[in-house]
Amino acid sequence: MLQALADGLLTGSIYALGAIGLTLTMGILRFANFAHAEMMTWGAYMALGVLTLFSLPTAPLGPLTFGWPLILATVIAAGLTVVLALIVDRFVFGKLRGKVGHLTLVFASFGVALLIRNLINLIFGGRAQYYTSELQIAVPVAPGLRIMPDQVVVFATAIALVIAVHLFLQNTRLGLAMRAVSESPPLAQVNGISLARVVRWTWIVGGALAAVAGVLYGVSVQLRPELGFHLLLPLFAAAIAGGVGNVIGAVLGGFLIGLIESVSVLVIPAGYKLAIPFLVLLAVLYFRPTGIFAGTTGGK
Amino acid sequence: MLGVALYLVFFLIVVTIYAIVVMGLNLQWGFTGLFNAGVVAFYAIGAYGTAVLIGPARDRLIGGFEMPFLVGLAGGMALAALAGLIVALATLKLREEYLAIATFGIAITIQLVALNFEALTGGANGLIGLPRPMFDLFATPGGYNLFYLIFVLAVAVVIYAALERAVRSPWGRVLRAIREDVTAARSLGKNPTTTRLQAFVLGSAIMGLGGGLYVGFIGFVSPIDFLPILTFQIWAMLIVGGSGNNRGAVLGCLVVWGLWTASGYVISNAVPPGLQSQAGAVQAIIIGLVIVLTLLFRPRGLIGEEDVVSAHARDDEVTTPQEEIPAQQGQ
Amino acid sequence: MSAALLSVAGVTAGYQPDLPIIRDISMSVAAGELVTIIGPNGAGKSTLIKAIAGQLRITSGRVTLDGADITNIATYRMAEAGIAYVPQTENIFSTLTVDENLRVGAQPLPKPEARERIAEAYRTFPDLDPFRRQKAGVLSGGQRQMLAVARALLTQPRLIMLDEPSAGLAPKMVDEVFSRLAGLVKTGVAILMVEQNAKAAMQISDRTYVLAEGANRLDGPSARLLDDPEVAEIYLGRAGRKV
Repeated sequence: MLQALADGLLTGSIYALGAIGLTLTMGILRFANFAHAEMMTWGAYMALGVLTLFSLPTAPLGPLTFGWPLILATVIAAGLTVVLALIVDRFVFGKLRGKVGHLTLVFASFGVALLIRNLINLIFGGRAQYYTSELQIAVPVAPGLRIMPDQVVVFATAIALVIAVHLFLQNTRLGLAMRAVSESPPLAQVNGISLARVVRWTWIVGGALAAVAGVLYGVSVQLRPELGFHLLLPLFAAAIAGGVGNVIGAVLGGFLIGLIESVSVLVIPAGYKLAIPFLVLLAVLYFRPTGIFAGTTGGK
Repeated sequence: MLGVALYLVFFLIVVTIYAIVVMGLNLQWGFTGLFNAGVVAFYAIGAYGTAVLIGPARDRLIGGFEMPFLVGLAGGMALAALAGLIVALATLKLREEYLAIATFGIAITIQLVALNFEALTGGANGLIGLPRPMFDLFATPGGYNLFYLIFVLAVAVVIYAALERAVRSPWGRVLRAIREDVTAARSLGKNPTTTRLQAFVLGSAIMGLGGGLYVGFIGFVSPIDFLPILTFQIWAMLIVGGSGNNRGAVLGCLVVWGLWTASGYVISNAVPPGLQSQAGAVQAIIIGLVIVLTLLFRPRGLIGEEDVVSAHARDDEVTTPQEEIPAQQGQ
Repeated sequence: MSAALLSVAGVTAGYQPDLPIIRDISMSVAAGELVTIIGPNGAGKSTLIKAIAGQLRITSGRVTLDGADITNIATYRMAEAGIAYVPQTENIFSTLTVDENLRVGAQPLPKPEARERIAEAYRTFPDLDPFRRQKAGVLSGGQRQMLAVARALLTQPRLIMLDEPSAGLAPKMVDEVFSRLAGLVKTGVAILMVEQNAKAAMQISDRTYVLAEGANRLDGPSARLLDDPEVAEIYLGRAGRKV
C-alpha cells in the first residue's frame, strides 16, 4: 500500500506537469489539444536524439543513472519542442483559428497528434528505449517502501516546475496576461494585450513543460512512440478534474489520477490500469463537470 | 485475372463496411457537429458483441450463444448504441470537446477490454471459428465473397437511403439547426440535448453494425483489427469526401482505403522486414497528412456539402451578431 | 469639425463583409467633449463603437484620431493610440482580483508608471480600495463599472469610449456613474458613449448623435435635441414599423 502511494505520487507529479501545460493551452487557446501529449513524446525523444547524436556519456551523478549530459539534452529538447509547437501553430492551428469552429481545431490537433507520433516512430523506431543502460537498485526507505534515487529527482523536478509555473502566472506581467486571456480574449485585447503574443508564449511555456515532463517520464519508465498517446487520457482527466484553465486544479488532478491508478492496481488486474483515468473522467463529468477543484483558491 | 477480381471483391467488401461506419460518423459530425474521437470503440463493440452472440459455445468462455447472424448483428448494434448513450449522457450538456475526450477514452478502454478480458473476448488471440452467414450455400469462397459483397452493399444502400430520408425529415432539420446555432434551435422549442443524443446514439449503432458485418465476413475477431489508427482512417474517409454529405462519404472510403492499401503494398515490397514499424508509420503519416491538409486546404472535401445544409457549415463560430440586428430575426 | 479629436467619416462595417450593420456613418468628437450616441434597438450604436475599437471590420470609410488613421486598428493597440474602450458587459475580469484587473489594464505602461497610476486609481475611486485582493467577481454592478472606468483611465487616454455604462445599474448608481463621467470630461479627456438611457445621457453630454437602422439620423447639441420631437419620432417610428 505504502509503495502504491509512493508510486502514485511519482506518476502523479509527471501527470501534474503535463496537465498544467494542457490546461493552460485549453484555457488560453480554447480547444482541447490532442497533440499536447505528443509534444511530451517529442521532447523525450529529442533528448534521446541529442544524447545519441553527440554520443554523450551517461556520466551518472552520484547514485543517479543520469548526469549533466541528460540535463543538457533536456534543455535542448525543450527548445526543440517549443520550435515544433510554434511550427505547428504557424502552419496548422494559426491558419484555422478564428475561421472555423473550435471543434475543427480539436480535429486538426487529432491529425497533428497522429503525425507527430508516427514521425517519431519513423525516426526512432517502435521499440522501447532508455536514456541509459545503467541499472539502479531501489533503496528501502521504510518497511514495504523502496525508492530509486532517480524517482526522487523526477519528483522534485516536477514539483519545482509546478511551483515555478504557479509563481510565473501569479507574479509576472506575462503570466497575468495569460490568465486574462484565459478568462476572456476579447476583454484582454481591450486591455491592450496582444493575443498573438500570448498565444505564442502559451506554446513556448506549454511546449517546454511538455518536453520536461516527457523526459521525466522517460527517465522513470521508458521511451516508446506511444508514450504520449497513453498519457493523453490521464492528462485530460487531470485537467478536467481540476477545472479547465485552473493550474492548481490540474496539479491536484494529476496527483489524484496518479494515486487512483496505482492504488487501483491492488484491486483490479494491471492490464486495465490505462482505463482508470477514463472511469475517473466519466465520474467527474457525471457528478462534478466543472471540476473537483474548481473552487480552489489562487488557481485561475 | 481471376486473382485480381477476387481481390477487388475483397477490397470492395471492406470499403463498403467502412462506408457504413463513415455514414454513422457523418450523422454525428457532418450533420450534428459531434466530435467522436473513438470511432474504433463503437466498431469494435459491434464486432465483439456480434461475435459473442453468434459464436459457438466454448469451455471457459462467456458467450458462444450460437444465435442467428442477424440477431447477433442487432445485438452488436444495441451494445454500440449503449456505449454511445453512456458517453453522450456524460458529456452532451457540457463543453463540446468533452465528448471528444470521452470517446477517446472509451476507445482506449475497449482496446484494453479486448486484450485483457479473455473470458469474453479471447484476449490477444481473439475469437475464431465464428460462423459466416449462409457460408455452406456456396461452393467456393470466391462465390461466397461475391454474395457477401452484395449483402453488405444492400445494407449500405438501406442505411444510405434511411439517413438521406432522416436528414431531410423535420428531425434532420432540427439537427442542422442545432449544429448551426444551439440557442436558435432551443428558441424553436426543440431540446437540442435530446436530439443530439439521438443522433449520436444512432451513429454509434451504425458503427456497431459495420463491426458486426466485418465479423460475419472474416469469421473471427481479434484486437489486431481494432487499432487506434482505424479511427483516423474513418475520419480521413469522411472529410476527404466532405462531411455532411453521404455520397462524399462513400467516395472518401474508396479514395482513402485505396491509398492505404496501395501505400501498404508499395511499402511492404520496398521496405526490408526489419523496418516494418517504420513502414506502418509512413502509412499513418499519410493518413495524418490527408486529415490535416484537407482541413487546411479543402475543408469541404472533394464533393462538399449538399444544398440541404446551409452554407454556414464550417463557419459556426464566426462571431454571431448579438443585440444589434433585430431586423434579421423575423426572417 | 476641424478641431475634431476623433473623426469617423463614412464608415460601413458589420460582422460579415457582405452584411453591413452600419452604413456610411460620420461623426466626430472634439477634445474634452462628451458625446452621446443614442437610437432605438438595432440602430447600430454598439456596432459603431466596436468598429472604431477594431472589433469588427470596417469595409469602407475612415477613422482618425488627431489626424492619424486608426481605421481597423488592432484592438490591443488602442491604448497606444490614446483611446480606452469600456465594453458593455463583461468589462472586467471576474476571476482576477481588483488589483490584478488594474495591473492587466496598466500593462501597456512601464512598470514604475503602472504602479503610480494604479495608486492614483485607488485615490480616484476609493470605493475599490477595500477590494484590492478580492476577486472582481464579488463587486456590485456599480463597483464593476467603476473598476472598468478606472482601468480605462490608467493609460491616460485622450478619448474614452463607453458602451452603455448605465446598463444593469440601479437608478442611483446611474446618477453616480454619469456624474463621474461628467467630472472626467472636465479634466480634459473626451468621452464617446452609447446609451439606451437617452435622456439621462443627453443631460450630461455636449452633443448627441441619433442613429437608426445603421445610419445617421440627427445630430446636434444635446440641449437642443432633448426637446426635439423628431428624436421621439425616430424611436416610435422604428417601433411602429417593426415586423
